[in-house]
Order: sequence, then structure tokens, then C-alpha cells
Amino acid sequence: MQRQRRLGAASAALLAVFLALWEWGPAAVGIPPYILPPVSSVLEEFLRMTGTDRVFFHTAVTAGEVAAGFVLGAVLGMSVGYVLGMSPSTEFVLSPYILALQIAPKVAFAPLFVLWFGFTVTPKILVAILIVFFPIMVNVLGALRAVDPDLVNLARSFKASRAQIFWKIEFRASMPALFSGLRIGATLAVIGVVVGELVGGNMGLGYLLVFGEGAGNTAMVFVSIIALTLIGIVAYVAVVFAERQVLHYLPRRTYQQF
Amino acid sequence: MTMPVLEYSGVTRTFAASRRSPAVTAVEDVSLRVADGEVVSLIGPSGCGKSTLLTLGAGLDRPTGGEVFAGGEPVVEPNDHVAFMLQKDLLLPWRTVRANVELGLEIRGAPVDVRRERSDALLRQCRIADFADSYPHQLSGGMRQRAALARTLAVEPRVLLLDEPFSALDAQTKMVLQEDLARSLAEHAKTALFITHDLAEAIALSDRVLVMSRRPGRIVEELTVDLPDRDAPIARRRHPRAGAYVTHLMESLDIRHLDVEAA
Repeated sequence: MQRQRRLGAASAALLAVFLALWEWGPAAVGIPPYILPPVSSVLEEFLRMTGTDRVFFHTAVTAGEVAAGFVLGAVLGMSVGYVLGMSPSTEFVLSPYILALQIAPKVAFAPLFVLWFGFTVTPKILVAILIVFFPIMVNVLGALRAVDPDLVNLARSFKASRAQIFWKIEFRASMPALFSGLRIGATLAVIGVVVGELVGGNMGLGYLLVFGEGAGNTAMVFVSIIALTLIGIVAYVAVVFAERQVLHYLPRRTYQQF
Repeated sequence: MTMPVLEYSGVTRTFAASRRSPAVTAVEDVSLRVADGEVVSLIGPSGCGKSTLLTLGAGLDRPTGGEVFAGGEPVVEPNDHVAFMLQKDLLLPWRTVRANVELGLEIRGAPVDVRRERSDALLRQCRIADFADSYPHQLSGGMRQRAALARTLAVEPRVLLLDEPFSALDAQTKMVLQEDLARSLAEHAKTALFITHDLAEAIALSDRVLVMSRRPGRIVEELTVDLPDRDAPIARRRHPRAGAYVTHLMESLDIRHLDVEAA
């Protein structure tokens, strides 16, 4: 407890040092504010943006897209992962195509989706789905392959049906790996959405990034980056929270804090 | 001999060749009978197909030749007569000890109150009642193996197939668990086929010991253990004639000339 408090204090001190360096550092080494604006002017810009540039609205749009992309991508990744894991022959038939799609850089699909669906939220969510899908599917598939065959035999010896083996053994055994996939997916969803917004549209933090860049407003770019990071943190923490509820049976130290 | 509850009749199991390995005959023409209430141990060098026999008995695999019978019926798939226990406890980490004990009953669709009643009784009998609501990772190896035994007994099998259930435990815990197992088996008049490589354990726990040859495994010797106290292995180990039985098994296994092989 003592130790934890001291480490917390060290962490807070580090933040103070970082903010001080950001505030006075650039001027001290002669970097002009339009290249690296001090933290106070970023804060000022943020306050200005809350009035005129509807920063909360854009943040909400991006957050909504991230949530939709993450949830849909996760559901899709889980479904495909479990179906392929249950059916090795399907996996054999599909694996070369899945591999190809996995190697393709997902963000490169963003312009295509914009062409298809216009400047709406749809292409952003689609990029997020595509990018979130793979780590989750791959983790689920790997976990199903790694289930101890003796556990399955144990269930079989009790005359378990295929469905019972799945729900009582395989599904539960895949949970730790599923959550590792979800953690990765939560951060990737933000990337997918931002790339979608950078490519086209007039809403969301990605749009503000491009707008700030065009206007030479460096502080606005910083505000957008910080808001995006906060969205990512919220998504990640939500996954970690859910993970703690579901994996409560694991000894504390076997999964990392963050 | 009374009607056997578990019978292997000319059982052969050959595993087909694959890309990585040639065809392997794990066991060849094995015939053995275990009578009702009898405990029979199976010993032999590593890789002699002991575990294959157990898998066949549990109905998890089919022999390529011969037949296995449990409770008088041919074993073609997992059945109510037989339950197995391995060296690995196979407790599900996401279930409490009680829920683990109830796993088999739950899968077979037993109503909640029946499950509860039986797990209560077994948790007490296996002396893990205090840990009913703990998770497996909170238990010691010995406790985990007790829970595994309770889970095996919960489905009330006539035959227990035990594959080195205590070999991962330290010597003292092992003896305590042997004592508990022997008492449980005697109390409920269970039939058991016990695979072990611990010769003293085989003598301490069983009515008969079968010795298997190297692969392809065949039964090369049968030894009837004519000692009292089958329900109390610690007392039996102290019996003056126990040592002679162990020595005899060492000789039939030709221990000094065995190749050292990975288990």
C-alpha cells in the first residue's frame, strides 16, 4: 500500500515535469509556437473550440463510430473465429483468403469505402470493423486450437454433446485469449475510424485534424490528438474492466494490469 | 471369478501411419478381466500402451482389434459405467471446486438439488468441504486431486479408470491420498483399473497386478496380491510380505535393463 502510494506520487510528478517541459521547453530551445504550441495555448484552443468548433460534437461522432466499429468488428471476429475453430475443414478452405485479407493493409480500404458509401459515418465504421476483426478472430481461433484435448475428453467421457463441449469447455477456455484480442481491437478501432475520417467527411476528430492542418492551427491538431487518445483510453479501460469481471477466477498476477 | 465388470478381450490398437510417424501398435492382443469390486493395477515400462488401454476402456477411442466390455456391454462410446481420472486434475479454472465436482452430473442433466446433494456428500467424503467455493488455483496439488476424485465419483461409475492419478504429488501427500482412495473404493465396492509406475503403490492398493511388456504392449505377468488391508495402504505397506512383492515386480520388469525413456 505504502509502496503503491509512492509509485503513484512518482507517476504524478512525472506528469508535472512533462507538462512543464511542454510549456517552457520549446521557447527555451527556440521552437516557434506554430510548430510546437505550449500546453497553455493548446488548452486555450480547446476552450475556444468548445464554443465555435463544436469539439464535443465531433468527439461524440468519433466515439460513436469507434464504439460501433469495435462492437461490430468484435462480434464478427468472434463469430468467424468460433465457427472456424469448430470446423477445421471450413478453416482449411477459407484460411488462404483470410490470410490474404489479413496481410492487406486494412486502412488502405478507407478510400474505397468512401467511394462506395460517401461522406457518411458508414465508411469509418467499416474500416474499424475490418481492422478490429482480425486480432479477435485470430486469438479466438488460436485459443480453440490450444484447448487441452484431455479437457474435451473429460467432457466426452461424461457423454457431453458437441454443444455442451463448446459452451462448457471450449468457449470458457478461450476467454483469456478473446480478451487479449479485444484489448488490441479497442485501440485499433480508433485508428480505423480516424483513417476513415481523414479520407473524407465533415464530422469527427479526424476531420478536425485535417481542418486544423489546413488552417495551420497546430494547437487544434493537438487538441484532436488528445481527444482521440482519450477515446482510445476509455475503450481500452472498458475492455479491461469487462475482462476483470469475466476472468475473476484467474490469480491476479497472471494477467497484466494494463 | 465372478462376472467381470470390465473386460478387454484380445484388444489391439494400432495407430495409422501419418506424415510424421510410421504406424504404431500401442497394445497387442490384450485380454484382461476385472471382477466386480476388484482393484487391478497395470504396470509396465513407459510407452507400453497403458494409457491407450484406459482411453479404450473409457470409450474415447475404439480398438482396431478385439473388444472392450463394461458392465457386460460392449464399449463403443463413452458410457455411464466408466469414469476416468488422470495425473492432470483437469479442473476447470473458471469453476469453483463444487461446480467442478458437479460437472459430470450437470452434463448428464441431473437436477440442481440432486447435484447439490451429491457434491455436498463427496466434498465431505474427500475432505475438501472447506474449499467448496474456492477456485482451483487457490488449492494445493493434493487438494486439486481430491477434487478430481470427487468429480470422478460424482457420476457414480461402477468402474474407475485411474491413470497415474498421484504421480505428480509429493511423497507424503501421495500416501494420504492413496489412503483416501483405497477407503473410498472399498466403502463403495468400486471396481478400478489403476495405471501406475510406482510398484509399491501397485502392491499397496490392488488385489492383482498386471505387468505389461514394452511396446507393443502385452500382458506378460499376473500377480495376485495376497495381503490384508486393501482398504488401508499405509498398513499394507508395513506388512512383512509387502517388500517381497515389490522385489518380485522389479524382477519381472527387469528394471536394471530398461532403457531410460521419456514418460
